[in-house]
Amino acid sequence: MSFRLIGVNHNTAPVEVRERLAIPESRLPDALKRLVQHPGVDEGLILCTCNRVELLARTRNGTADLRGFLQDYFQLGASDLEPHIYDYSEAEAVRHLFRVTASLDSMIVGEAQILGQVKEAYATARAVGAVHSQLDLLLTRAFAVAKRVRTETAVGTSAVSVASVAVELAKKIFGSLQGKHVYLVGAGKMSELAARHLQAHGAASIFVANRTYERAKQLAAKFHGEAIHFSEIYNTCDRADIVITSTGAPVAIFKREHGEMFLSRRKNRPMFFIDIAVPRDVDPEMNKLDGIFVYDIDDLQQAVTSHIADRKKEAERAEFIINSEVERFQARLQTLDVVPTIVSLHDHLETIRQAEIDRVRGRLGSLSPEQELAIEALTRGIVNKIMHTPVSALKTAAREPEATTVVDLVRRLFNLQETKTDKSGNRSGDLD
Amino acid sequence: MPLLWLRVALACYAVGLLYALVALTRSSDLLSKIALHASYLGMVFHLVSLVEAVRLSGQIILTSVHNAESVLAFLMMIVFMIVYVAYKTTSPGIMVFPVVFLLTLVAAAGEQPFLQMPPGVRKGWLITHIALIFAGYAALVLSFGASLLYLIQERMLKSKQPTGILSRLPALEVIDDIGYRSLLIGFPFMTLGLIAGTVVAQFTFGHVDFLDPKILLSLLMWAVYLLMVYTRWHAGWRGRRAAYFAAGAFVAALVAWSANYFSAIHRFVQS
Repeated sequence: MSFRLIGVNHNTAPVEVRERLAIPESRLPDALKRLVQHPGVDEGLILCTCNRVELLARTRNGTADLRGFLQDYFQLGASDLEPHIYDYSEAEAVRHLFRVTASLDSMIVGEAQILGQVKEAYATARAVGAVHSQLDLLLTRAFAVAKRVRTETAVGTSAVSVASVAVELAKKIFGSLQGKHVYLVGAGKMSELAARHLQAHGAASIFVANRTYERAKQLAAKFHGEAIHFSEIYNTCDRADIVITSTGAPVAIFKREHGEMFLSRRKNRPMFFIDIAVPRDVDPEMNKLDGIFVYDIDDLQQAVTSHIADRKKEAERAEFIINSEVERFQARLQTLDVVPTIVSLHDHLETIRQAEIDRVRGRLGSLSPEQELAIEALTRGIVNKIMHTPVSALKTAAREPEATTVVDLVRRLFNLQETKTDKSGNRSGDLD
Repeated sequence: MPLLWLRVALACYAVGLLYALVALTRSSDLLSKIALHASYLGMVFHLVSLVEAVRLSGQIILTSVHNAESVLAFLMMIVFMIVYVAYKTTSPGIMVFPVVFLLTLVAAAGEQPFLQMPPGVRKGWLITHIALIFAGYAALVLSFGASLLYLIQERMLKSKQPTGILSRLPALEVIDDIGYRSLLIGFPFMTLGLIAGTVVAQFTFGHVDFLDPKILLSLLMWAVYLLMVYTRWHAGWRGRRAAYFAAGAFVAALVAWSANYFSAIHRFVQS
């Protein structure tokens, strides 16, 4: 095997470079076809997202000039690309692919989108036949590794944006957001975004109150919600489970006594105040009431920061998984290398056995079924005993660098023909 | 034999107890899974032990204080499992496992001689009394556990450190729901159980001695229980206030239970 991977990502190249290398989806099949026709390339895959452009290829003896392909395809000079490109081969290429797929190489570590993007790239490449044997094996493994990282570490579990933290907190209070009411006080962009998130997670209805009633009506219309006159907020606010405030008021709108009033009207059912206004709209004293939870913009931001730190910690654990998976994959590929030899050795000895039986068959006269079986068992036993040592030597060697030497030796000793071996691994299916 | 099975069950519940202790400092999916399977196993052994006890004594009625505690522990495990099936959470185990473990531990401590029922007891009423009261106890313990969890979760949310310990507790409203429902379901059981108990006393002694500590304390417990249901239903009390109430009811229940050791008329079986 000889995997190569070259590309640029958000760390190595500024967006000016990445956009010049972008391949629109419609032209991807065509680009893939050109990639596999490029000299030395047996299989190929192109991954193109807004943060990265990568070429992955299985090459003949690692000789393919992938940089040349990039320069040709995009009509770029070597000097334009060279400072930004990373180039990995063999185990390093495998590792990089695993890391990308598991979202460890992403700008926001652990984001879930990248797995879908790699899957799409894989589907496109398969559809045009650019991926068919060992690269197929590699990508399938990469998806399994990504899944393993996701289930065994918490790298993708925590919310890392203010709006998603708000949703997460709301879920910690209310369980499901199904049927919960959201009340926007002030019609800012941020509160709109948060409301949209909450609605996407099942919140039932949205009320909007704003000093300018027209603006409230506009925003309410977007959510099929209800606009409310600003003077009515204290009378209506207890209808909401989640209140998002973002007004420009210089002093707090909601004070402790309002909270007490809401609670008694709501029979103490909990309320969640998300205060993204500066200066704050909700008096922090309110957080001291049983059943009212107030988070201001700093609290949310702090949660985001601590989640990002958590993800970094989890990412370290994920790297261990990746390391062991890379090793496993390498070992498996090498076993794949010796399988054809084992198969042809078996075929070879079986042919000899059959030929020898046929040769002496006439001289033996008529045999009883028991005698037939005995001969069968005898010859098979001999063949298996002879095969045992070379086969186990091959299997052992598969895990070590000298695999090819042992393979050659066994082939020479038993005079095995190359013809039956299909190195690209059509037999790979029955392994693992 | 019943004792042997009970001790095996105890070992299984010990795993649950371990889960309860560890869960207070950090959350572990694996441990929760192990605790759950250990509980299944423990319940099976527990059931075997109970059935054996019935077979050996030849009566369905509880045969000793230990046996009663064993039955109560088993009922609590059943309630815990019902909550698990309904809400997919093992968090109430933080409360349930220690109680179950202690009850089972006491029950498994040693053999108590089987006691025979006093003459003149209406068997049917006695069984009804015991079953209902015990269901009420189990629900009460669960409700208490839920209000403790509610307090922990509330404090976590107020402290604004959502990633800290116990971050996998169920949502506040879910915990609240568990607590309220077990309260609502447990109350009628407790009430009917007390009525059945009165009937038994009436039949056995011809009168009900309201000054007996067992009866007094049971009535007190019932009153606390009633007050708790009322405040919850009418004013929506939850959180800290509800937890205090639940703790009060729990203590009242414990005291009423301990009265078994000194009540003149309620010793399971007279000597």
